[in-house]
Amino acid sequence: MLLKQLSVFLENRPGRITQVTKVLDEIGVNISAFSIADTSDFGILRMIVDKIDVALEALKAHGFSVRTTQVVALVVPHQPGGMHQALEYVDKAGIEIEYMYAFAYNSKAAVVIKADDTEKLVKILSESGYQVLHEGELMQE
Amino acid sequence: MIWNEHAECMDREQLIRLQNERLRNMVSRLYYNVPFYRKKFQEAGINPGDITGIDQLKDLPTTKKQDLRDNYPFGLFAVPQSEIVRLHASSGTTGKPTVGGYTRADLRTWSEVVARSLYAAGVDKNDIVHVSYGYGLFTGGLGIHQGAQKIGATVIPASGGNTKKQIQIMHDFGSTVLACTPSYALYLADTMKEMGMDPSELKLRRGIFGAEPWTEEMRKEIEAKLHLKAMDIYGLTEVMGPGVAMECEHQQGLHIFEDHFIPEIVDPVTLQPVPYGQVGELVFSAVTKEGMPLLRYRTRDLTTMTIEKCACGRTLARLTKFLGRSDDMLIIRGVNVFPSQIEAVLLEMSETEPHYQLIVDRVNNLDILEIWVEVNEAFFSDEIRQMEGLAKKIKANIESVLGISAKIKLVEPKTIERSEGKAKRVIDKRKLVD
Repeated sequence: MLLKQLSVFLENRPGRITQVTKVLDEIGVNISAFSIADTSDFGILRMIVDKIDVALEALKAHGFSVRTTQVVALVVPHQPGGMHQALEYVDKAGIEIEYMYAFAYNSKAAVVIKADDTEKLVKILSESGYQVLHEGELMQE
Repeated sequence: MIWNEHAECMDREQLIRLQNERLRNMVSRLYYNVPFYRKKFQEAGINPGDITGIDQLKDLPTTKKQDLRDNYPFGLFAVPQSEIVRLHASSGTTGKPTVGGYTRADLRTWSEVVARSLYAAGVDKNDIVHVSYGYGLFTGGLGIHQGAQKIGATVIPASGGNTKKQIQIMHDFGSTVLACTPSYALYLADTMKEMGMDPSELKLRRGIFGAEPWTEEMRKEIEAKLHLKAMDIYGLTEVMGPGVAMECEHQQGLHIFEDHFIPEIVDPVTLQPVPYGQVGELVFSAVTKEGMPLLRYRTRDLTTMTIEKCACGRTLARLTKFLGRSDDMLIIRGVNVFPSQIEAVLLEMSETEPHYQLIVDRVNNLDILEIWVEVNEAFFSDEIRQMEGLAKKIKANIESVLGISAKIKLVEPKTIERSEGKAKRVIDKRKLVD
């Protein structure tokens, strides 16, 4: 139902992002989704990876401040209006979205959403006939 | 000009006799009225009758900031609270302010020493004294105000802030004397420039600057930018406020008003006096104070002293050069800041650990304080809003404790150097001592 996302705190210093990708490269972790939220002082790097627990331990060992967060990965058709229609349901249900990022893969697209009420979001989406990704599904195609 | 020739040009033998008498009187008052001191004397096996004069100062117990903290707020008062007519406070080591309690007589003494200070700077009743030191619990504003009033000057109680308005007032009212911190003086000068005002449009002729350390370079800069003669005043809340010592027109050191504040320069470890001219820690005994007289108060300021007669005619001892502090206290925008205060705030907040560093710098003549706080797992939130909210909360807590604002920068874990001994908490990029 929910996906575990990995978040890393990064200062705005050159090379910090590559430090993270280097660690993941060394331990053979594969990234499916990647986004960075930034302020003038720091950024939060958010990723969906295949081996999250391994990645978490490795990054911690390298001194990074990391944690996991539960997010919802909504599947929509990769076509005009594909995402919009789904979001209308979410809006109507009064769910607050903290952040989101999306990516398309062939005929489908995944919209990763962090909401204030994750359970309600999942319920609304399934009631509206939408699918959400489960752990491991992103890697399959 | 000398305000009180009798006191300021006294024959040194006569001065010492006066100091001896006042010290005996003080020791007796402390012994009978202040439990803290009585205990210290008893532990050292000293009776008031044993003390005959200042030669024995070195055998008497010292007082430090911790003692004020331990006896916060009024434990060191030597009179009933009904006799205290004024309270002041300045920053203490961990959130508890340093309290000063004054009787009516203390306020008279304070006005007297500030009057002497102003006259030493060449200020008299014809001057318009613009006081930009903060008014309130801080001793700066009211301290200068009282002294200026005593000499009959025209006082403008401007206090701090509202810089553009202050400049307007300075221009319209024709202020001739500016009293504020040296860094604020430079800030005023820069703001004037921004406003397109030339300093020759003002009537400033003297500046009475203190509450923070400043270099000869800064003095020259202030004088060039404000077209006034910049004079150095020294003081501290624990001893009285501004007016403990002051420069005369020859600017060969700060004259200490020794008839009220008996100075010593001691070795910070042995607490024994060092010869004149040698560097040591400045210690004061405020012998005429009634409300909260402190015996051998350790200022933590490192300096040298001389008793050679000055060309101005004053026989009072002079402090010749400030060389920094023997503790970790910082003065930022005229406010005392102790790194341990930051630590206390961070420890109190459940989201933070006390891994921090203070970066102090001076930009456009204003001191800025940046505090780096390490993010730890407990407080790392995945949402920007939460992180920013936390930084804001830290900032607000620190501001309310320190009294000045700081920029909070969240940094990655282990970014701040750990050390085995005392952690290097402070990086001070300003150049404050010559």
